[in-house]
Amino acid sequence: MIILYSIIVLGALGLLYGLGLAFASKKFQVHVDPKIDEIVGILPGANCGACGQPGCGGYAEAIVNQGVAINKCAPGGDAVIGAIARIMGIEASASDKKVAVIHCQSGGKNNTFLRYDYQGIATCKATVLVSNGPNLCNYGCVYQNDCIAACMFGAISPDENSMRIIDKDKCTGCGACVIACPRNLIELVSVKKRVHILCSSHDKGVEAKKRCGNKTACINCSLCLKKCPKEAISMQDNLAVIDYEKCINCGMCADVCPTGAIFDPLKEIRAQKKAEAKAKAEAAMQKFEEQKEHYEQKTEEK
Amino acid sequence: MEFIGKIFVMAIAAIFVQNFVLMRFLGLCPYIGVSKKLDSAIGMGMAVIFVMTMASTFTWLIQSYLLIPLKLEFLQTIAFILTIASLVQLVEMIIQKLAPALYKALGVYLPLITTNCAVLGVAILNINENYSFIEAILNGLFGGVGFTLVLILMAGIREKLEKAELPRAMKGMPIAMIVAGSMALAFLGFSGLKL
Repeated sequence: MIILYSIIVLGALGLLYGLGLAFASKKFQVHVDPKIDEIVGILPGANCGACGQPGCGGYAEAIVNQGVAINKCAPGGDAVIGAIARIMGIEASASDKKVAVIHCQSGGKNNTFLRYDYQGIATCKATVLVSNGPNLCNYGCVYQNDCIAACMFGAISPDENSMRIIDKDKCTGCGACVIACPRNLIELVSVKKRVHILCSSHDKGVEAKKRCGNKTACINCSLCLKKCPKEAISMQDNLAVIDYEKCINCGMCADVCPTGAIFDPLKEIRAQKKAEAKAKAEAAMQKFEEQKEHYEQKTEEK
Repeated sequence: MEFIGKIFVMAIAAIFVQNFVLMRFLGLCPYIGVSKKLDSAIGMGMAVIFVMTMASTFTWLIQSYLLIPLKLEFLQTIAFILTIASLVQLVEMIIQKLAPALYKALGVYLPLITTNCAVLGVAILNINENYSFIEAILNGLFGGVGFTLVLILMAGIREKLEKAELPRAMKGMPIAMIVAGSMALAFLGFSGLKL
């Protein structure tokens, strides 16, 4: 009997509450835009905050309710932008994908001059606190792993010289490494920009080169500044800095840089082509001289 | 007059002397979780007051007119939890409709009132203390007020702590725990009150 009663009582309570809630849910229904859920489904769900909103859900809501631009999701890339554009029924504007650039190529422990051997807590932040880091250069990479640890996408890895390399395909431009680096060496730059000044030293002139292990420091000679056709380079506190808004990737600064502080992936190819053209021109000149001599001889004979 | 005096004693007892959070250690999850901002702490406190009062009312009625006559006291826990869960659902709907900002601020902690042991605790205490119907409702109300008071105090302190210069290891949860402990010590002073 008691079992029957318990079943009836609990069943009746459950039914009552269920009906009450069903009624209440109709009465207090809140209209939620279905677009928000759809966009949340498309976004990568990394909640990295690169869009400036609190997480992916916040960004989806901001798009639908506040008309925030749809090209802010860096990890999602063009595929996500296209999908959001379809949902919102607007034209997709391509995002300017940004990747991290490390403005230092001192190459870490293997080829940096050291003041002392650091043997402490293995983070960059701790390392730079001990009498401004073990590097002779006060501005360079201290080759611990803060940026690598900060990267959620595995885009940063050390090469054989323990220099940090950024994989442009894996990098989503979230900026986590920019915050992690205590030397402020990392900057987010549009992936379309090829030419970078890979030095952050504010040391004067040849002093910077003396301290840099890689001998690729900016010695503030201003040659690049004079050579640049777009006036994109300026000297800021003994360091050449490229204004990426003006830079047109011509690479003339990289060609003229005496230390190799300016990096352009096409520099060697360009130099090779230049050498080839020069060789070709010399060969043609030689041929011309020979023919000239030949004709002169012939005219003399006549 | 005697009745009013009794209510006053109950209020002091429930809010200070037997505070749910700091003396009985019930409902610690929202106490730590929702006390980051004053606004959401006030909202959460109001929601808990509402749920506690309603839960006291309904559970007392269920206990007195359903479970005891049918000799089903052993169903107390499950019946109470069922009641509380439904009430929380109702509150959630109402808040979502009337105060979307508050709904967002409370986030996951709103459904967590369901599992807030303070609510179940007040319901069971009402039964154990043999309170009358009115007393049970008042006990629920004052229990909720006590919870809200402590939550708001905590939120006020933590908002100040946000701006304080703390060692990094102390930031966030650790200092919150220390503050909670100090507050519990302070509230221990009320236990000397003779009511």
